[in-house]
Formats: sequence, C-alpha cells, structure tokens
Amino acid sequence: MKTYENTGSKDTRSGFGAGLTELGKTNPDVVALCADLTGSLKMDEFKANHPERFFQVGIAEANMIGLAAGMTIGGKIPFTGTFANFSTGRVYDQIRQSVAYSGKNVKICASHAGITLGEDGATHQILEDLGLMKMLPGMTVINTCDFNQTKAATLAIAEHNGPVYLRFGRPKVANFTPENQTFEIGKAVHLQDGTDVSIIATGHLVWEALEAAKSLHEKGISAEVINIHTIKPLDEEAIINSAKKTGCVVTAEEHNYLGGLGESVARTLAQHHPTPQEFVATQDTFGESGTPAELMEKYGLNAKSILQKVEKVMAKK
Amino acid sequence: MSSTQQLNDFVSQVRRDILRQVHAVNSGHPGGSLGCAEFFSVLYQEVMKASANFTMDGKEEDLFFLSNGHISPVFYSVLARSGYFPVEELKTFRKINTRLQGHPTTHEGLPGIRIASGSLGQGMSVALGAALTKKLNGDEHLIYSLHGDGELQEGQNWEAIMYAGSHGVDNLIATVDYNKKQIDGATDDVLPLGNLRKKFEAFDWEVLEVEKGNDIDALRLAFKEAKSKTGKNKPIVILMHTEMGNGVDFMMNTHAWHGKAPNDEQLEIALAQNPETLGDY
Repeated sequence: MKTYENTGSKDTRSGFGAGLTELGKTNPDVVALCADLTGSLKMDEFKANHPERFFQVGIAEANMIGLAAGMTIGGKIPFTGTFANFSTGRVYDQIRQSVAYSGKNVKICASHAGITLGEDGATHQILEDLGLMKMLPGMTVINTCDFNQTKAATLAIAEHNGPVYLRFGRPKVANFTPENQTFEIGKAVHLQDGTDVSIIATGHLVWEALEAAKSLHEKGISAEVINIHTIKPLDEEAIINSAKKTGCVVTAEEHNYLGGLGESVARTLAQHHPTPQEFVATQDTFGESGTPAELMEKYGLNAKSILQKVEKVMAKK
Repeated sequence: MSSTQQLNDFVSQVRRDILRQVHAVNSGHPGGSLGCAEFFSVLYQEVMKASANFTMDGKEEDLFFLSNGHISPVFYSVLARSGYFPVEELKTFRKINTRLQGHPTTHEGLPGIRIASGSLGQGMSVALGAALTKKLNGDEHLIYSLHGDGELQEGQNWEAIMYAGSHGVDNLIATVDYNKKQIDGATDDVLPLGNLRKKFEAFDWEVLEVEKGNDIDALRLAFKEAKSKTGKNKPIVILMHTEMGNGVDFMMNTHAWHGKAPNDEQLEIALAQNPETLGDY
C-alpha cells in the first residue's frame, strides 16, 4: 500500500493564488477579475505584480462574467474570482449565454465551495455548483483536492482553450500530492490499487478517502482509491476498469448527491458496467454554521462516513 | 461615404429582408428590427472600420455587439448585405440547421457574430470587456453596442454602466434604441425608465441624444459627434429615439409588432411601401 504524507496543511485557494501568480509571470494574456474578494481568493500577489491586468469589479458578479466573456475577444484569458456560490448560482444565465453558449475562453475560479466554508452558513455554502456547471455543454468542471493539485490545475486550465469551472475551498487541508505535478485535465489519478472496493473521490474528500483506505487495510480490506479531479469530461475508462476489478464503488464529494460526482459515476456505470454504488455526499440539504470539521462530521463527509458506506456497498456484492 | 440616396436604398432593402425573414417562418421580431434599420445601415455602411475578413478576435478593427438579440432580422440582413455571409442565407432564418438562429449566436459560426445574445441585459458587460481588451492591446479602434430601452430594466446593465463610468472607459459607444415600447406595452406602463439622460450622466457617461433616430443624416451626425467624444475619459451613450416598426405604416405607433410576423396580405402591403433596391434574396 502506498503511503501519502501530508507535507503541511494548506488551503486549496492558496494553491490557486500561487498558480495565478505564476501565470502572471509566464503568460501575458492572462488577466484576473475579482468581485471584492481579492484577499479571500488569494489574488493579491497577481494584483500587486500586474495592476494593469487586474480588474476589481466590485460586488457585481454578473458584470464580472460578462466582462470576462468580452475580454476574450482580442485574445485575453480571463480568470474570474469569487466564492463558488456567487460564481455559479448567482450568475448562471450569464455563464450560460455569454460564456458557455458563446464558447468563450473564460476560467471561472471559485473558492469557499461546499460546506467547509463554515461559519458563514448556508447562504454562502453552495452544494449544487458542480451540478449546475456540469450541465452546461462545453464546460470543463474541475474540483481539486489540495494545494499542489490546485496550483497545477490553475496552470493547466490556462493552456486549455474553452470555458472552465475550477472549484476549490477555504480550509487548510492536507497537502499530499506532488509539488510541481503535471495536471492532466480529464485524467483520473490512481492513488491506491485495490481489489475489494473502489473509493472514487474529489476535492476535500480525497484525503479522507486515503485515511479510510488505511483503516480498511488494517482490517484486511483492499480499497482502490481514485481521485477524479475533473468531473467533466469524466475519465470513464478509469471508473469502469476499477469497478470491473473491485465490483463495488463508493463515491465521495463535498456536494449534494444530486448532480455531483456520484451521479456522473453512477451514469457511467449504469451505461457500461452496472455496479453497486454508495454515495458520500450531502443528502439534498442546505448547510449551516459551524466549523468545517463539525460540519463534515454532521453531514457525513469524512473518512468515518466513507467506512460506513464501504461496509454497506460491500454487502451488496 | 455613400450618398444618402444609396443609403436610403440600402435601408429599403433591409426592411424588405426583415419582413420577408419573419414572414417566412411566422416568427421573429419585426418591430424593433425595423426601428433600427437606419442605425445598422449607417453603422455598417459608413461608420465602422471593420475588416473584410471576419475573425473572432477582431484585432485592429471596430467591433459591434448587439445586446437586444431579438432584433436579429435586421442584424442578419445588414451583415449579409455588408458581405459577411451570402445574402441567400437569409432564407434559412430560424429554420432547422441554420446559422441564423432565432437569436444571434457564435455557436453555429456565423461570421459577424462575436457573442450570443437574447437573454437580455448582458451585452453592455460584454462590450465593455471587449473595450478593456482593446485598451490592453493598445488597439485604438472602437467598440459599438446596441441595447433595447426596455432591456435597461435588467440590473446587470447598471453594474456595467457603473464600471464603465467610474473607470472612464472612453472607447465604447453604446446606443439605446429608445422607442419606449416593450412586449407588454409602453415602457412607461410596464416599468418606467425615468430620465435616462440624467441616469447615465449620474454614472459619469457622456450622453448624446438623437431625436430623429430613423433619419440617416441625424444618425450620421450623432455618430460623428460620438466619435469626437471618444478618448476623453468617459464612455458614450447615444439615446436614439426611434419608431418601432418604422417604414411600415400599420406597424408604427404600436408595440403590437414587437414579436409578431405579418401574414401574406400584410406582407404584401408592407413590401409595397418599401421598394426592392438591391435585389431580394
């Protein structure tokens, strides 16, 4: 069994900030727009280094998305930054018409996604954004799991021509994927090989999946752990092959079970290799105030929940 | 510059194209299209410095964005007759597999279109974004845009208007089709716009007004003045007073033809008022 070391907990949004800073130096076409959350999105360094390429749009997210769409005309690569809720639900039609349908090369970068936003509560905790974004034709949807992966994804999406939704979060979480990794859009990452159950995880739940796999190993259960960072386009082959090998699947994500990674995996398996599946996700509910750890516990989004679902799904084999 | 007679002939043909497009599919928006026939004709035939070869990036040329996408019939007619795509293609308007969708889109690759529009209130932001990129690129060409007056009820406009005014984005000439009508009736009855001049001025825009928005010479003067005001640290808006349905007597002075196509008999009457000049498609 492979071991993964937390090299020091960091927030994924800082990975985005680090990636954007690097892009500022290496790609003169990259411009950044922010709706009054520069510090929260870790865009300060880009702003300081390239004031002429940084656009503070104020609390006006609809205008930000429209500006970004327009700025692509003439060759700029706009990165918009605000919380996930205001990046998606608030501006769905702007993204739909001016970005997705118009095929514009806009990178919608969304922090504070999911329930780990914490104390601000449900008004700010979006658990529906993956579903909203993956339903848009042509939209690439990415949810990263740690600092290093988020930085690598930020660099990668600048090289991809087309609209992208990049989702990351607020809390400090384990940083365990390689520094300076190459991020391949649409390619699953095999973290553990296993034969008894496949745990397919995205975002903050990936570290929890690894923790769960360790516990399972101690009990003599061999868990395969796959990190799906790109919800769309989905690496269907990796999912099907793993399901064929293990015969049962648990998906894990910080999102509603309606519309998230789990549903994408279920659709893939239903079409190609019907397999028992259980879902670690929120159960069609809004969040609430609390610390990230308390909320993950209350809403069943941690290693403990994964273990429970593994037990349940293995009984169905 | 073409002669006024040539431009009047062009407008007459554009009106015929509008009427024939919507009649053929018994759908579409003739009222606002007819009201803006002169605007589009002057803009594309005389004002804009546009490249003959369409590219999405549109570098080193003037660009136009249509925000009120439902007046696609006039946009398509003027684009076709300005050489962007074959005039014959107007036959396909709103039909299955067409590039001339009900509302304009980049999705089918129609030359001349740089953004999808139809869901209202988004074009001001897009035009502004394109204007910012022109500045970043050191490209001194201008951005033109057109917006419905009823469309200004959408809040996103005012986000963009606030941004453009506060940042002095002075390479943008927005025009409002100020016909004071929308689907449900007069704008004053649906949701009064109040004093648009004062509203734009309060957002630090330069405001020009054209009382005769269906008069070619008045439009020429307005564009000339608008261009002379660019580069002076203020965005420019032209409040263009137009008549919805202009050029067809029974379509004027009413909002009834906002989104309704003429029947066979009505088409015949309407066409008789607008002679064929450049050749029907």
